[in-house]
Amino acid sequence: MATARLSAQRVVIVGAGPAGIRCAETLLAAGLKPILIDENRRDGGQIYRRQPEGFTRDYATLYGTEAAKAKNLHQSFDRLRGQIDYRPDTLVWNLTPGQLCCVSQGKHSTVDYDALILCTGATDRLMPIEGWQLAGTYSLGGAQIALKSQAVSIGHRVVFMGSGPLLYLVASQYVKAGANVAAVLDTSPLSKRIAAVPKLMARPGLLFTGMKLLAQLYRAKIPVHLGISPLQVQGDAASGVSGVRVRTARGETLTVDCDAVALGYHLRPETQLADLAGCRMRFDEASSQWWLAVDEEGRTSVNGVYAAGDGSKIRGADAAEHAGRLAAMALLEDLQQPVNAGLRDEQRHALAVMDEFRLGLAQAFPWPADQAKALPDSAIVCRCEMISAGELRRTVSEKGACEVNRAKAFSRVGMGRCQGRYCSQAGAEVIAAAAGVSVQQVGRQRGQAPVKPLSMLTEEVSP
Amino acid sequence: MKGRFVRLAEQGRPTVKLTVDGSPIEALQGDTLMVALLTQGSALRQSEFDSGRRAGFCLMGACQDCWVWTRSGERLRACSNEVREGLDIVTTQPEAIWPLHG
Repeated sequence: MATARLSAQRVVIVGAGPAGIRCAETLLAAGLKPILIDENRRDGGQIYRRQPEGFTRDYATLYGTEAAKAKNLHQSFDRLRGQIDYRPDTLVWNLTPGQLCCVSQGKHSTVDYDALILCTGATDRLMPIEGWQLAGTYSLGGAQIALKSQAVSIGHRVVFMGSGPLLYLVASQYVKAGANVAAVLDTSPLSKRIAAVPKLMARPGLLFTGMKLLAQLYRAKIPVHLGISPLQVQGDAASGVSGVRVRTARGETLTVDCDAVALGYHLRPETQLADLAGCRMRFDEASSQWWLAVDEEGRTSVNGVYAAGDGSKIRGADAAEHAGRLAAMALLEDLQQPVNAGLRDEQRHALAVMDEFRLGLAQAFPWPADQAKALPDSAIVCRCEMISAGELRRTVSEKGACEVNRAKAFSRVGMGRCQGRYCSQAGAEVIAAAAGVSVQQVGRQRGQAPVKPLSMLTEEVSP
Repeated sequence: MKGRFVRLAEQGRPTVKLTVDGSPIEALQGDTLMVALLTQGSALRQSEFDSGRRAGFCLMGACQDCWVWTRSGERLRACSNEVREGLDIVTTQPEAIWPLHG
């Protein structure tokens, strides 16, 4: 909690998405001048990612139903930009108490902090399927970035597969932009969605938007299948994806020809920096994954370290804006500075509603843990280093590795280029199923520095 | 396959000339290296662990599946670096002298 030692001298925010921008804005309004470090070249994070200079599509075309929010956030940032210490294109790759290790354009530097607010965002949450390593399989979020940031489709004929609201959002954005969408294949059955309606009614507008997206897909005559079980991404090593094969809810095998697959099951938080800072994690039962343990306002278990947005709890971009403001107010409060109680209660109330909604989403589009159990031994779990489910299972059966980090040491699942971002959650499910224990019991992959690969050519610069 | 990615809009941008594996290609200003390469080809690189070709995965700098190199040996993520006039890109790891897959 607040101590006299906490100082307002050097406040650093990591991440310039919705949480980081609202946090910076709130701190600036209170007279603090934060340093805002972001790995991207432009502000906005992923969901409100800005297109490169010289691109001409308007907000409605780019962000659809989220256009007003995107514009508002970008305009807020444009007002802030000159008044804060903004450092884009900068990766925080490690931290020690009071100091961040950064790299920008191949140059290493350190940044000291008294208070740190982590707004590190999320990436797609992936469940492997036989053949997902073939060229032409992309993460769902990646498929959206291709369109939003570069005005391209990931293929000539695209299948959207997985589950979650993003599946329908991106598929309909592709249809609207004139891409050829072959099918939308959702692992979640209709019954789960109906059961989740009471919770989803916490945000009726958003529920309605979701239904509108689905209606758009039906109107465009895009085949939408619910309750499918993914079987295989078909194709060959040289030319990549040529189709997908799934089992339908009725038990029939369905093959769809395509040259690209957008695959994803909602999101997972980027918690590596918080992990390196020693922040406590907690297992979220509803989404069946490890999140940061934060209090209602964004305080982590480590004094002076705060977190907001999807990097701590997956609640989406709207919640991230509220959480960013709240984390800033928590810091101000801990610095014994006045905060606007009305504004704080407004954020808290909004977040309570979004918490209820996110429980509905978790129920409507569940993480398909059973797929890991059913994954054939030949299927690749680690696409970085081509390590199969069978190899991972053998670390459990032959070496008794029933804990994620131990199994990683034996199998290298989680040790490749992506550092476990796209395999460790599914890997944990494979291990848990092979060991006959719950996924919570097998633990979570520890964060390691550097949190992303650094080039050996990285140069040291004096601060 | 002519190209993996399909341009849907924003095609009125000025062109940029660069070299990929010794051959000249034309891209559009603001293209990432990934888009420049994959609108004209089907893959970015060769996997080090099997015979598979790779074409990136996450497009947000998280998976590291899209590494390419400059002729001078600087490693670039193709998804998060834009094309520049005269850039000389190689898609095989310059320092690798061992057989990459077997």
